[in-house]
Amino acid sequence: MSAPATTTYVLRGVRPYGTDPADVVLADGVVAAIGASGTVELPDGAAEVRAEGHVLLPGLVDLHTHLREPGREDAETVFSGTRAAAAGGFTAVHAMANTTPTQDTAGVVEQVYRLGQEAGWVDVHPVGAVTVGLGGERLAELGAMADSAAHVRVFSDDGKCVHDPVLMRRALEYVKAFDGVVAQHAQEPRLTEGAQMNEGVVSAQIGLTGWPAVAEESIIARDVLLAEHVGSRLHVCHLSTAGSVEIIRWAKGRGIDVTAEVTPHHLVLTDDLARDYDPVFKVNPPLRTAKDVEAVRAGLADGTIDIVATDHAPHPVEDKDCEWSSAAFGMTGLETALSVVQQTMVDTGRMTWADVARVLSENPARIGRIDGNHGGSRTAGQGRPIAVGEPANLTLVDPSATRTIDGRSQVTASDNTPFAGMELPGRVVATFLRGRATVLGGEVVDRTAVDGPAADGKTLEGVTR
Amino acid sequence: MKHLLTTQGLSKDDAILLLDTSAQMATTQSRENKKLPTLRGRTVVNLFYEDSTRTRISFETAAKRLSADVINFSAKGSSVSKGESLKDTALTLHAMGADAVVVRHSASGAAHQLAHAGWLDAGVLNAGDGMHQHPTQALLDAFTIRRHLVGNVGEDGRGTDTSAGADLSGLRVAIVGDVLHSRVARSNVYLLRTLGAEVTLVAPPTLVPVGVETWPCRVSYHLDETLEQWQPDAVMMLRVQRERMSGGSGSFFPSPMEYSRKFGFDARRLAVLPDHSIVMHPGPMNRGLEISAAAADHPRSVIVEQVANGVAVRMAALYLLLSGTDETSTDERNTL
Repeated sequence: MSAPATTTYVLRGVRPYGTDPADVVLADGVVAAIGASGTVELPDGAAEVRAEGHVLLPGLVDLHTHLREPGREDAETVFSGTRAAAAGGFTAVHAMANTTPTQDTAGVVEQVYRLGQEAGWVDVHPVGAVTVGLGGERLAELGAMADSAAHVRVFSDDGKCVHDPVLMRRALEYVKAFDGVVAQHAQEPRLTEGAQMNEGVVSAQIGLTGWPAVAEESIIARDVLLAEHVGSRLHVCHLSTAGSVEIIRWAKGRGIDVTAEVTPHHLVLTDDLARDYDPVFKVNPPLRTAKDVEAVRAGLADGTIDIVATDHAPHPVEDKDCEWSSAAFGMTGLETALSVVQQTMVDTGRMTWADVARVLSENPARIGRIDGNHGGSRTAGQGRPIAVGEPANLTLVDPSATRTIDGRSQVTASDNTPFAGMELPGRVVATFLRGRATVLGGEVVDRTAVDGPAADGKTLEGVTR
Repeated sequence: MKHLLTTQGLSKDDAILLLDTSAQMATTQSRENKKLPTLRGRTVVNLFYEDSTRTRISFETAAKRLSADVINFSAKGSSVSKGESLKDTALTLHAMGADAVVVRHSASGAAHQLAHAGWLDAGVLNAGDGMHQHPTQALLDAFTIRRHLVGNVGEDGRGTDTSAGADLSGLRVAIVGDVLHSRVARSNVYLLRTLGAEVTLVAPPTLVPVGVETWPCRVSYHLDETLEQWQPDAVMMLRVQRERMSGGSGSFFPSPMEYSRKFGFDARRLAVLPDHSIVMHPGPMNRGLEISAAAADHPRSVIVEQVANGVAVRMAALYLLLSGTDETSTDERNTL
């Protein structure tokens, strides 16, 4: 499949990483030129994007997305989920393994990889299951998935914890052969039987079975020690407690090769939201306390936590429109992640836009080994610097915009957002995947609309051609 | 009063109104003709997702004594067992024109969702939701305590209740047993404190929830010490399920014998209490586990009277929920 010739774009007055305004030219899939603002000539046939004051970031990379296909196409498909990802400013996502059938063979990961290529919204990198059927008993054929066309480097039983310490050790060791990483869903199963929400003041009052912080922290503590012992790379999915941040900080201080992620929702929401029993706030790991929210923000700011990953978890309405204890865990996040990070970390002065690029693009690309520095597949080249000659995987965000979140108007096929009715800052104005606009003027654009010269006569906000 | 979902946040005025109304209802129940015309033409649905013969019968009796039409909708033998969602059941009840729904459900929050999810506009009366709340049980407990310890109805409970308008200030209530899983304990802690009583929870540490420190009560791990040193006016025993001790998510205590030795209520422990004290249990009892036969059947046990008072309290709750629905002030009265 050869890439079609793409439109040349001149982005006027954009601020790379939030710094001084510049004109950036995208041509033939790469960043062709960067010049002082207002100085770059508009080449023949090029489209001009007026974007004064907008922040230009490397395309966002999600290390933790549930695309639900194959198996739960009623919740999301690779097409709808990656379209939502593009709308949220992403140019690559890692598709979690808990599909039906499970992504535990070369055949299934290649299927998902191919669906991603056909959809064309973002690069889709399937995550391979650690154990067969996420059953926690036998290792899946990790090597076959690594060697497949999908070129799997991230392995996870996400949704389930690899709780058997021997199996976890073996997995950590085994993936070293192909520079893989085990992304652990840290949840001690016995301590969380029937658990519904964070165990604490709120669960005690409202009578929902508690999910103790120690169920997460004890697994993380075990795993960092295992990783140290066997000299392996470990990634900790969606950590959510102050204690987890402390353990990661300790492990990094000790030189252990561990990376950690936090979700947008754990950066801002707390377990108090469970009081009305609205299952839209039911999520795994559960929303924690204000003290934990502060701890993960501090950990993200000081680098203890390496990345923000969405854990985008779409569900059909009926799986959330029921009793709390019967409802599914999870919330959508692809289209709100950047706004939440802006609100909690940038607008509060705790991080710069360069830091946002680090935690939402550069670090997740490096952990997933798709940053072009580790060999890799044809689509490697995510999380790269904004520099001439680099792949034009870019996100343009208007930080001064605000929007009120509405689940039904999201691009994802599911409505379950915990931010419904909330006003969040920032709006993704454009997303470019190897120079091709997947989002322009704040709207997702089909390939025909982009590659034909405005064939539908539609005028996209701020774009002239 | 549109709904009765929880005792947490119930105002003292509303609580006393409920108790006073219960007392008026109780008086009518000693008449030959126990039936009142108050709710004629209104429809009360008993929506029971959990087996609970006693609570359902209590609500059914209460509604019928107020002349309401009663529809029993139980999970067995209905569409619920075929997998109809709570939402669809609610929409069905709404379409049938239910005025009040009495709901018992194993999921905490089910009553709250029925009241607030926009599925139906009937008044919702929580008859027990998971481990959360069972407000009419707490009201009948408070009513029983007030009659005996404030109203001086005498040991046989037949004297005149002189406690109208009174609260429970200065009274001490020990609640003993499986607090962790108990909606009865949660409902009582908040209601009794609102009414001015002091509450001590007594349980092994495994059966006290993490987060209990914000509850308006004290916690003790020692029954004998609490009885001897704190001298409660009322002791409320909670049912302990035998499966709590076994494996799985169990292991809450080593054996029924050890539980009984340390937390079971018997005649010896009753003898330590002040002479006016009363013994309570929400039922059904595990005789020989959390309470001995001698204690359960003792003259100072008010366990059977609690059942009778349950009808009066539920009549009061239904009356206050449904009689207010024609008035414009409904919303101002707020949700309980």
